[in-house]
Order: sequence, then C-alpha cells, then structure tokens
Amino acid sequence: MLETPPLANGGREGLKMTTKDALIKYCLRLGDTSLILGQRMAEWCSNGPTLEEDIALTNLSLDFFGQARTMLSYAGELEGKGKSEDDFAFKRNEREFYNTLLSERPNGHFGDTIARNFLHDAFLYHLYSALRNSKDEIIAAHSAKSIKEVTYHLRHSSEWMVRLGGGTEESHQKIQDSINDLWMFTGDLFAMNEVDEILIKEGIAVNLKDIKKNWDNTVNEVLHRATLQRPEDAYMQSGSLEGRHAECLGHLLAEMQFLPRAYPEATW
Amino acid sequence: MNYQNKYTKQQIWDFLAEIPDPEIPVITIVDLGVLREVEVLSNKVIITITPTYSGCPAMKMFEDEIKKKLHTEGIENVELQMVYSPAWTTDWMSDEALEKLNKYGIAPPVKGSHDKGVLFENGPKIVQCPQCGSKNTVLKSQFGSTACKALYQCKDCLEPFDYFKCI
Repeated sequence: MLETPPLANGGREGLKMTTKDALIKYCLRLGDTSLILGQRMAEWCSNGPTLEEDIALTNLSLDFFGQARTMLSYAGELEGKGKSEDDFAFKRNEREFYNTLLSERPNGHFGDTIARNFLHDAFLYHLYSALRNSKDEIIAAHSAKSIKEVTYHLRHSSEWMVRLGGGTEESHQKIQDSINDLWMFTGDLFAMNEVDEILIKEGIAVNLKDIKKNWDNTVNEVLHRATLQRPEDAYMQSGSLEGRHAECLGHLLAEMQFLPRAYPEATW
Repeated sequence: MNYQNKYTKQQIWDFLAEIPDPEIPVITIVDLGVLREVEVLSNKVIITITPTYSGCPAMKMFEDEIKKKLHTEGIENVELQMVYSPAWTTDWMSDEALEKLNKYGIAPPVKGSHDKGVLFENGPKIVQCPQCGSKNTVLKSQFGSTACKALYQCKDCLEPFDYFKCI
C-alpha cells in the first residue's frame, strides 16, 4: 500500500468529485437497483405459484423497469456523452453496477422472493418518501411518482409476510429462514460514501441513517404481525457502493444482456 | 405554415380527445388525465404528457397516436414532452370517465379512498360490482391485467372484475 502524502486535503485535490459526478453515481444507484429488481421479478414470468401472483410479480417488474428508465436516462443526460438508458443497462459489466446487494439476491422459492422484496420495499418506501423533497427536480418528481408504486409493492410483500408467517408450521419456518438468510445484505442498503456526503450538503440526497430508523419501524411492525423473529445484527456484507457484487449478479446480467450484446443491431 | 394562425389550443385538445386508451378503448387520453398541456408555437406544437405508471407500456402508443393524429390534421412538427411532476393521480379522471369505465365493466377508482399511503388496509373500502351493482365484493389481487387495475370478485353474482386502482 502506498503512503498518502501528508497534505491537508489528503492529496486528493485533483480527484475531487463534483456535484454532477456525485449525482450521476446516485442516479445509477437508484436506476440499477430498480433495474435488477425488475429483472428478478421478470424471472418469475410464467413461474408464479398462482396465476394472480404471476401477474402480480410481473406487474412489479414493469414498475421497476419504468423507474429504472427514468433514472438511467437522467444519468445519461447528466453525463452528456449521448448514452441512453439501454446503453447503461446492457453495455456495462457487473463491477460498473451500483445496485444494492439485496436487490440481486436470487429469487429462490416464493418465500425467499417475498422476504427479499419486503426488506427492499420497506427501504425504497422510506427512501422515496424522503426524496420527494430533494432539491434536484428530477429526483423529486421521480420519487413522487415512484412512491405511489412502491406503496403497492410494500403492501403486497407485507401481506404475504403476514400470511406466510402466520400460515402453517412449514411456511412459518421457511419465511423465517428466508429472512435470516437475507439479513446480512440489509446493512448494505444504508451504506454511504462521498457521493452521499456531497449530495446531502446540497439537499439532493437524504441521510440514510434517518431512513434506517423508519425502515426499522416498518420491518419490526410487519415481522411482529407475521409472528416472526427479527434476526440479530451480525456480520453485514458490503460492497455495492464500489460495484462489488455477488456472483449471482453476473449470471443475471449474462441473461439480461445476451441479446443486445450478441445482436447489437436488433430492434423491436 | 404558421401554426398559430391556423390552430387554437382548444382545437388541438379536441383532436387529441379522440385518441382512445389502447387497453381501455372507452376512455381517451384526455379522460385519463394523461394529456397535460398543449402549446401552439408558430413553427411547432408542443404536447406535454405524463405517464400513469412508470412502466406503463401504453405510453409509447400514446406518443405514436398523438403524432399520427396531429399529422393527419396537417401538423407535421410535433414535439412531445414527458413530465413526472405533479405525479399522475386517478383524481384527475373526470366523472364522465368514471361512468364510462363502469359501463364498460371496470369498477372506477373510489375517489378519496386513499389506498395511497397505507401499509395495511384500514377500514372498509367499498368497490361496487360493475356487473350487478352489489357492494359485497372482495379483493383477489392488487395486480390485474394492466398496471392500473386490481382484480376483484363479486360475492353475489360471483363474476370476477377489474377495479381501476386509486393512486
């Protein structure tokens, strides 16, 4: 490891991140998270446990893709290099994705999907509620739009949490195991870095410590109604802010990106 | 051609009021509240629309239909703008539109029945069966055949039906 020269600014003057750079990263985080959740939901298409659920899960997918589109096209606009939302979605590798680690977790069985979605919906619900007051007009408008959809999503996953937790002994045990297995990825939802620091100062982003308190309340309330135990906080996996992901993201991207990469000229 | 000399704002609205929703042909983009603004400039017409749901696949069709309609009316230069704020709400749908939905067999959004902000349903929300008028109905799934609809069933006539979600 190289030693940092003893300068007041840590010797990073030339690398200072601008507000615009930070905003692009922030849009990618939001956009990528929606995109990956959307793709996970699309994997349920024709595989849902009942017809109604199949339709529900793919409806969620549609909402997520719509949300991803807004944020990724905004990132392209800010960057000013003529990149479209499709370029961001299909022409980046896993290390260039900033989606939350929780969003990429594999679907597993239906309970695993519900547990992942529930933990994530509760996060997005409180995040978008707060971001409606962002000083960035596009982020604020996007959040005001998305909160309506995410409210439905959260209600859907919460009701299933209660139904599965309070169902049979088997469903109770399965959904408890799902929550336990996913818990180590919830810390990453609230990770912050320089991007947040810059944007919080500008009134564009929100402090995720505040979101965490609201998330805790919602998660506790629903787990309680579902007669489930909240896992103890132990080791938390981190990495999404630096684009470090689990192996499963690569597999997801391979499937999602195959067609536009193999046939770049393909159009609808 | 100078568009301002030839067309009024109202005329353009009237042209666009003929464009039906591709999924629910009894209501138009004006009934839905998707059409937000019309601006007539000398050399182009700017149409501002807002999506119902972020991922609504009908939006692309709306855009194409708007352009097609205005082209047939002699307006070649059409610019489409998409706005997200204020976010679309079913409150913008006219009473006439709600009535049309009901007649078509889709229960209209129950105004002011804020499904909007609550996590668990609190208090009864009565959705009337569009087939037999019964109020004895039950939610089957919050997600229906399109992003904007939920699936209900009538406990009296036993028919399943779509409910236009209130957001």
